[in-house]
Amino acid sequence: MIQLSQDVIQRYHDLIETLGPEALKMMLQEMHTIRAFEERAEQLYMQGKVHGTMHLSIGQEATAVGAANAMQEGDYLLNHHRGHGHCMAWGADPNRMMAEFMGKETGYCRGRGGSMHIADVESNNLGANGIVAGGIPIAVGVGLSIKMRRTSQVCLVIFGDGAANEGAFHEALNMASIWTLPIVFLCENNQYAMSMPVEKAFNIEKISQRAAAYGLPGVTVDGNDVLAVYSAVSQAAARARRGEGATLVEAKTYRYKGHSKSDKQAYRSREEVRYWQENFDPIMRFTNLLLMVGVITETEAAQMRERAVAIIDEAVAFSEASPAPNVADIMDGVYA
Amino acid sequence: MPELRELTYAEALRECMRQLMEEDERVFLIGEDIGVYGGAFGVTAGLIDLFGAERVIDTPISEAGIAGACIGAALTGMRPIGEIQFMDFVTLSMEQLVLQAAKVRFMFGGKASVPMVLRMPGGSGTGAAAQHSESLENWFVHVPGLKVVMPSTPYDAKGLLRASVLDNNPVIFVEHKLLYKTKGHVPEDRYIVPLSQTKVVREGKHLTVVATSIMVVRALQAAEELAKEGIELEVIDPRTLKPLDDAPIIESVKKTGRALVVHEAVEMGGFGGEIVARIAASEAFDYLEAPIRRLAGLDIPIPYNRELEYHAVPQVESIVREARKLVRGEY
Ligand SMILES: Cc1ncc(C[n+]2csc(CCOP(=O)(O)OP(=O)(O)O)c2C)c(N)n1
Ligand SMILES: [Mg+2]
Repeated sequence: MIQLSQDVIQRYHDLIETLGPEALKMMLQEMHTIRAFEERAEQLYMQGKVHGTMHLSIGQEATAVGAANAMQEGDYLLNHHRGHGHCMAWGADPNRMMAEFMGKETGYCRGRGGSMHIADVESNNLGANGIVAGGIPIAVGVGLSIKMRRTSQVCLVIFGDGAANEGAFHEALNMASIWTLPIVFLCENNQYAMSMPVEKAFNIEKISQRAAAYGLPGVTVDGNDVLAVYSAVSQAAARARRGEGATLVEAKTYRYKGHSKSDKQAYRSREEVRYWQENFDPIMRFTNLLLMVGVITETEAAQMRERAVAIIDEAVAFSEASPAPNVADIMDGVYA
Repeated sequence: MPELRELTYAEALRECMRQLMEEDERVFLIGEDIGVYGGAFGVTAGLIDLFGAERVIDTPISEAGIAGACIGAALTGMRPIGEIQFMDFVTLSMEQLVLQAAKVRFMFGGKASVPMVLRMPGGSGTGAAAQHSESLENWFVHVPGLKVVMPSTPYDAKGLLRASVLDNNPVIFVEHKLLYKTKGHVPEDRYIVPLSQTKVVREGKHLTVVATSIMVVRALQAAEELAKEGIELEVIDPRTLKPLDDAPIIESVKKTGRALVVHEAVEMGGFGGEIVARIAASEAFDYLEAPIRRLAGLDIPIPYNRELEYHAVPQVESIVREARKLVRGEY
């Protein structure tokens, strides 16, 4: 267990006061639920109950939960292939998520999309994306539409470090800047794009530095510190809502699992993974903080994990009992 | 009799690249995760250990950049083999391929050439859903200046890749995810399977089946099934889609009087249309005893659900069904 210094607690004093114990507990619970979902997803995959591939965000829960909680009802979300956490933190129903993962008709995308394409349009979650950087230019359109419709919504778009090297990223940041669009660009830098370490893919120290090239503010935060992410994304969203335009937020985090199911992880050491797990685990860190400030007790902390597992048990049961899509409906849904 | 050496399709491709890199310093590999990772499907596994990171270049996720880097290097004396991790992502390279690679030679009055190969796996069947299962080969077939190659066996994969790298034109080399682990005889020599030579892979007298990539494998299985009923399919694999050698197809239809074209890509606007048109416009027309039919992917994105995915593209059973109908005149 990591000891938190007094100044860490001091740093978050105001934030802890403003959020209040209920919101803080809910955030920790969400982190547990995301982790439980993904651990189960992996198990189901191993058991051959799901096919395809999947990208687990275990170790990155703080970024998802911090960012989603910083946004308001009515805001938009676009995310990417490693998106279970973002989706769940945005408020998705674990039952329908799991059903999608298992290819069932009751899933968010009627079993047509799968793990990489979960969307919940009703809650303005415009979907995960199988294409690296695929969502970033779409965020420009969402921002433009918000501006044209004169609402006070904001669009949060989440992508990885790897995505920042696609041309689409550059075009989108520039357009968002020249048109002063209400967008929060959140780059979840988990230090690798598949096997490519950020040190080899970039010749700059921080990805957030790229914002300056487009005349946008850029900040880098500790992505394993849920309150740091919450705070940075809140400020970026507030700025966007005030009509002052987009921000690039870089959250530095780490993925524990392989890129996908076919990854032998030859590009990194077990020690490196263990180092992150033992020292920077986002759930452990937030639990410690909440214990130290007296928001939760040890018993409550343990109950959260149990509750998360129960939620996921229920989701699996729901999905297993759900019908598969009907082959006769195969042509459905291509055109409006 | 000595055992014939067997390799998988992926191993055959790897051996070909290794041999080319050994003999020609101008050949290099460039793509995402092709180094220590060995490529998303393991095709380039171990090559970085043999040739180093200077000739097995891992790139950032920048598909336009990969295509452009191949073009620029090819224009200036190198012979790059690029890898696009999934064929779907080649959509991000399209400008460079279609408007640059394909056209520079012509636009420069024949004074430059772009000897590059871009490898990419297409196809469905792995549960990777709509954005990782595309079969886009016909997009490239529509572009003058590009060549399009699509091997269906380990033997052809090796020989066609070699021919593609030695060719002085930009070649789009389309592999299939489900073929990577298929095995077949592959000699160790540095042989070539020439581009633009259509192959009759099984002889038969009742129906000509023209198939590409994994559909060749399925068509051969269907032929086995139907042989039990006395229906003999002649299975033809064009192997190079562009420039197309259509003579063996036309000859075959003159013999069988019937034709079925099978591919995984969506039927409308697919390569099958071209084959049908070539047959219909040829002397084989007079020999036709039945309408020429296509069996291809449904006009939908590839669904995630396993069963829907299965039914989205031709399978052995559907080829058997369609072929039987054509031969029996039940259309
Ligand atoms: C355009 C495109 N190129 C390549 C891929 C294959 N691919 C999927 S995820 C990935 C790595 C992405 O890295 P990053 O953006 O850092 O996100 P992370 O996976 O680390 O969360 C790659 C190469 C893809 N899906 N889309
Ligand atoms: Mg990454």
